[in-house]
Amino acid sequence: MSIPFPSDAWIKAMMEDLNQSQAYAEAAKNWEGDFYFIIEPGGSLDHTVILYMDLWHGKCREAFEITDPEARKPAFRLSGPIQTWKKVMTRQLDPMQAMMTGQLRLQGNMAMVMKNVRAAKELVESCTRIPTIFPV
Amino acid sequence: MWYFASPLIVYGEDALSHLATLEGQRAALITDVHLVALGLADKVTDFLRQGGLEVVCYDRVEPEPSLELVKEGAEFLLTHSPDWIVALGGGSVIDAAKAMWILYARPDLDPEAINPIEHFNLRAKARFVAIPTTSGTGSEVTWAIVLTNRAERRKLGLGSREAIADIAIVDPAVVMDLPPRLTADTGLDALTHAIEGFTSTYHNDFTDGLCLKAAKLVFEYLPRAYRFGKDDPEARARMHYAATLAGLGFGNAMAALAHGIGHALGAIFHLPHGRAVALALPYTIAYCAQGEPGSTRYAELAYHLRLPAESEWVAAKALIEAVTDLMRQVEQPLTLAQAGIAQRDLEREMSVLIDHAMNDTQTIMSPRVPDESELQALLWQMYSGDISL
Repeated sequence: MSIPFPSDAWIKAMMEDLNQSQAYAEAAKNWEGDFYFIIEPGGSLDHTVILYMDLWHGKCREAFEITDPEARKPAFRLSGPIQTWKKVMTRQLDPMQAMMTGQLRLQGNMAMVMKNVRAAKELVESCTRIPTIFPV
Repeated sequence: MWYFASPLIVYGEDALSHLATLEGQRAALITDVHLVALGLADKVTDFLRQGGLEVVCYDRVEPEPSLELVKEGAEFLLTHSPDWIVALGGGSVIDAAKAMWILYARPDLDPEAINPIEHFNLRAKARFVAIPTTSGTGSEVTWAIVLTNRAERRKLGLGSREAIADIAIVDPAVVMDLPPRLTADTGLDALTHAIEGFTSTYHNDFTDGLCLKAAKLVFEYLPRAYRFGKDDPEARARMHYAATLAGLGFGNAMAALAHGIGHALGAIFHLPHGRAVALALPYTIAYCAQGEPGSTRYAELAYHLRLPAESEWVAAKALIEAVTDLMRQVEQPLTLAQAGIAQRDLEREMSVLIDHAMNDTQTIMSPRVPDESELQALLWQMYSGDISL
């Protein structure tokens, strides 16, 4: 059954997928840092949605939709319009190219990112495995 | 949306004299002690002074430049406030100078955090000239920066799209006396750039032709440059151009798995960069060719190089044979054992090698990305010389 994106159910499905992925466990074994995935409005999505993930040494410890942006102080924030997220999640746009061209914006400890690029790749792979319904 | 980046390339006889046309106040020449001793730094300084620039020189760059070294070089720049940075040297010098340029603009930045996402506004302080003194790195035309974290014994594949030279001066005169071993190591680096640039997942229409031309030039001219040196100035010049063409190719399409493995090997066993990546290349071609059918571009590459190309498998096999034949002609090691790495040392360092190669920025550009066990198998194949296909 497909899950609407962005939603609490969707990020929990991704958490489950990540925690079952041997490839992610290997690639992200040195990763420390939680995320806000900030999905900006577009199409039928009329408000910003923030999805939270706590990623720690190859596992996702927590994942849920955030209603109060001040609820957490995540180490990383990745933001962009819903259309860009959809392109990345459906493999129409490479995530690194999306960030390098300013279509997605990443804030956080860039040294950690540059030393763990494989973890980022596996994170995106996980996104593409979730059966997803996007806003029209 | 994507970008194709290139400096102004000044090439050919007397290209170095273009330095006399630079307008500004002060140039910081970044180089190493060997190029100072050879008189090349003086030659560059003379041209810069002819143009009316004051010149200060930092000559402490070492092979495999460290995070500490680039911080020291950035301090030098902050002390002297140049409006031009002129990097004279091989890949180590040019990469170090690019990192210093970034820290000159952003002294607060941890060099490990140099990344292609943030904007550093480099040209508000200085512009950049790169003069390669080897024929292989391509760093004169790329925005890639490889630095070494000595504490972690790890090479970091960093970069910033802004950190591409304004001017690359590709003058064959500066490489005429390159020693044969350095000619072979760096020339095979250029070949690896060309092949991986053509086959990486970021390959594109703007880079394919550059990679193909570079590969053809290396196959044709590297053996001559290696054997005859300055007595074959045509081979020297064509290899110098091949390196720049390959740099433009892979710099805009990225490298791949051989570079990821080569960086890890280089940092742990101190193999020269070109030797390490070239050693990995035939094994990574074999590995990728055994992936999902149709996922590589070896047939297209082999076809353009006039090698057998009836199928992906035939093409990969022909490509491996062509690469290893070239390596034999220039007397390069074909295995880690031949490169002087002992079995017990490889065993001891295996988990570190795998960890670093897995997370190298180039590895993930490969058409087939290995997991830990596949990477371990690949490294043992590289040790024993088993190129299974």
